[in-house]
Amino acid sequence: MLRDALIQAGMNAGLATFLDILGGVLVAATFGMAWVLFGIWIERKVAARIQNRVGPNRVGPYGLIQNFADALKLLIKEVIVPRNADRPVYFLAPVLMVVSVILIAAVIPFSSVVIGTDLNIGLLYVLAVGSLGTLAVLMAGWGSNNKYALLGAFRAVAQLISYEVPMVLALLIPVMLAGSLSMQDLVRSQHVWFLFVAPIAAVLFLIAAHAENGRAPFDLLEAESELIAGYNIEYSGMAFAMFYLAEFMHAFFVAIVFSVLFLGGWRGPGAETYPILGMFYLGIKSMVVYFVTVWLRLTVPRVRIDHLLALNWKIMVPLALANVILTAFLFKLVPTPDYSAARAIAEGEFTGVASGLYRLLGPEFVAMLPLAGVLLVGNIALLVAAAALLRWLARRRRQEVEALVDETEYAPGVAAAE
Amino acid sequence: MDLSEWAFIGVFLAIAGILPAVPIVLGWLIGPRKPNPIKTDTYECGIETIGDAWVQFKVQYYVFALVFLVFDVEMVLLFPWAVAYGNLGLFAFVEVLIFIALLAVALVYVWRKGALEWT
Amino acid sequence: MEITIELLVFLVFALLTLAGGLGVVLARNLFRAALLLLLSLFGVAGLFVLLAAPFLAAVQVLIYMGGITILIIFAVMLTRGMVRARNVFSEQWDLAAIVSLAFLALVVYLLWQLQQGSSAALFAAPPPEGGLENPIAALGAALVDPAQYMLPFEVASVLLAGALIGAIYIARDDEVE
Repeated sequence: MLRDALIQAGMNAGLATFLDILGGVLVAATFGMAWVLFGIWIERKVAARIQNRVGPNRVGPYGLIQNFADALKLLIKEVIVPRNADRPVYFLAPVLMVVSVILIAAVIPFSSVVIGTDLNIGLLYVLAVGSLGTLAVLMAGWGSNNKYALLGAFRAVAQLISYEVPMVLALLIPVMLAGSLSMQDLVRSQHVWFLFVAPIAAVLFLIAAHAENGRAPFDLLEAESELIAGYNIEYSGMAFAMFYLAEFMHAFFVAIVFSVLFLGGWRGPGAETYPILGMFYLGIKSMVVYFVTVWLRLTVPRVRIDHLLALNWKIMVPLALANVILTAFLFKLVPTPDYSAARAIAEGEFTGVASGLYRLLGPEFVAMLPLAGVLLVGNIALLVAAAALLRWLARRRRQEVEALVDETEYAPGVAAAE
Repeated sequence: MDLSEWAFIGVFLAIAGILPAVPIVLGWLIGPRKPNPIKTDTYECGIETIGDAWVQFKVQYYVFALVFLVFDVEMVLLFPWAVAYGNLGLFAFVEVLIFIALLAVALVYVWRKGALEWT
Repeated sequence: MEITIELLVFLVFALLTLAGGLGVVLARNLFRAALLLLLSLFGVAGLFVLLAAPFLAAVQVLIYMGGITILIIFAVMLTRGMVRARNVFSEQWDLAAIVSLAFLALVVYLLWQLQQGSSAALFAAPPPEGGLENPIAALGAALVDPAQYMLPFEVASVLLAGALIGAIYIARDDEVE
């Protein structure tokens, strides 16, 4: 849009394209940064309320500009670089961390027209960019040359790479249903929200993405009680602030990506005609998801590292694999929804209940219902089966342990006999 | 293919790099800088630091990275399949069933070997 | 030869790739060598994008930068004394030089052949049907098509499973002692 206007004003086409791109980038990046400062305030308020506190309320109305004050404070703090640090690596780590998060914004469809760039490999791009954060953690740990930092970084990397597996496996389901990796296509094919078509994939993705971000109950990256602060222990001032910023931004983007992939993104009544409404819908949806992640973070205690990895490799990965196979099977079982036929019925002559239904609920929605219903039932069945299996395994394990206890000296019968 | 999509990513990458770098440099310029030997010492619970952190690690981390890598490659191969799946016949399902089953066997082996336990 | 933006971007990425590669060989510190490898891999990803193969670029970043580099760093940290190694030229530099030169000769020969047009047919395979509309779907269909890449696809799975089992077998045997 801007490009055409500039060319009409007599500007060189190449330069106009560049300015167009630059403008888009600046808008997207500024949006991200401004959103974060406001979002941190929300999170602090919610956290305070959940913990029966008041939260920030001194600086500005309702403490709204508390975060600006904090940012300013961090800006004038000394950046203490440890003597033994590997300096280039030490300073590159926070930058790479933020970059890996900001880059996700480039392909988020904020509405039917507002999107940085709709790559045909959009989702894969999100995953690829996100995996760079792992390297930043490793660089921070190494660069600090601190035992806690490096130990924290190694543990963090073990966690991050492990949870990437169920996350990516879960994302195969929306890709399969949409038949595309482009973020815009993924939104457009959600005539029924994928949350209801593939609930297991949605939950697996949310848990794994939450763990990828390293927030409680998966905050082993910075387990205060064992590793002091983990990989960012030696960072101070603005360098530390960047890690903090990256974590919060990541949390927002997880919420946004979840909304895009499973909650229909910008879709909603009138969003096609008025794109601004789409941004509003996406905002509402992602705030709800964000609230859920904050809630999760504040109410669930931290898990132990062996439990963390066991949960991933022994429960989530097998479940995700089974889910891929089940969805692929059911997807072939049900005939592919015929959207053009549905549209023809809706636009054709009014013949009775069927065409009335198509008109009322939207032709695509009705056409997708059989597929969605079968997949939903399949998902529930898989979940029940998995739960029953887990219950059986846990019961057997408990019986094993109890059988062991009976033979020891702690058994009351043995003690009485002596 | 339209490279202007990627030009956007390129410019975005440059700006995304500058955004975090500017505050760090600013903080470096504005903030005080009074290093002393004790302040710049590596933190180690308050006691004097012994040696450095670049020590040898356990093989366990490597095992997890390896399992991850194998699954990563597998998933990347599955993505094109997932995109095309809607237009493919039942044979595509059978093939992927075999593909995933083989990986599942490997996972079970690793599991039974105890390599997934954190000790 | 006309200087276009594509050419300039290509030069930048080619330079990144080469500089990164040179850095890997020359860096004294192994961790930094791994980071320079990252730079080199990033350059290759950029070249893939320029070749209109964004899928390969994403795979490059996801697997090589986000996976293999981590594996290499872990391997460095696992190996006794490797981190502090100060040996720039490895023990087997002569062997490495021979292999590298042989590979270089192969690449130059192939490029020369391509220039001559004799093996152009090899490189100019027609794109798969519908490939220009959605290249990823075309790739996916080709992967499971019995007439095309079905066998390599399944063999890849066997290879991955074999690699995993073999590696675990070796790693775990070391620990028991």
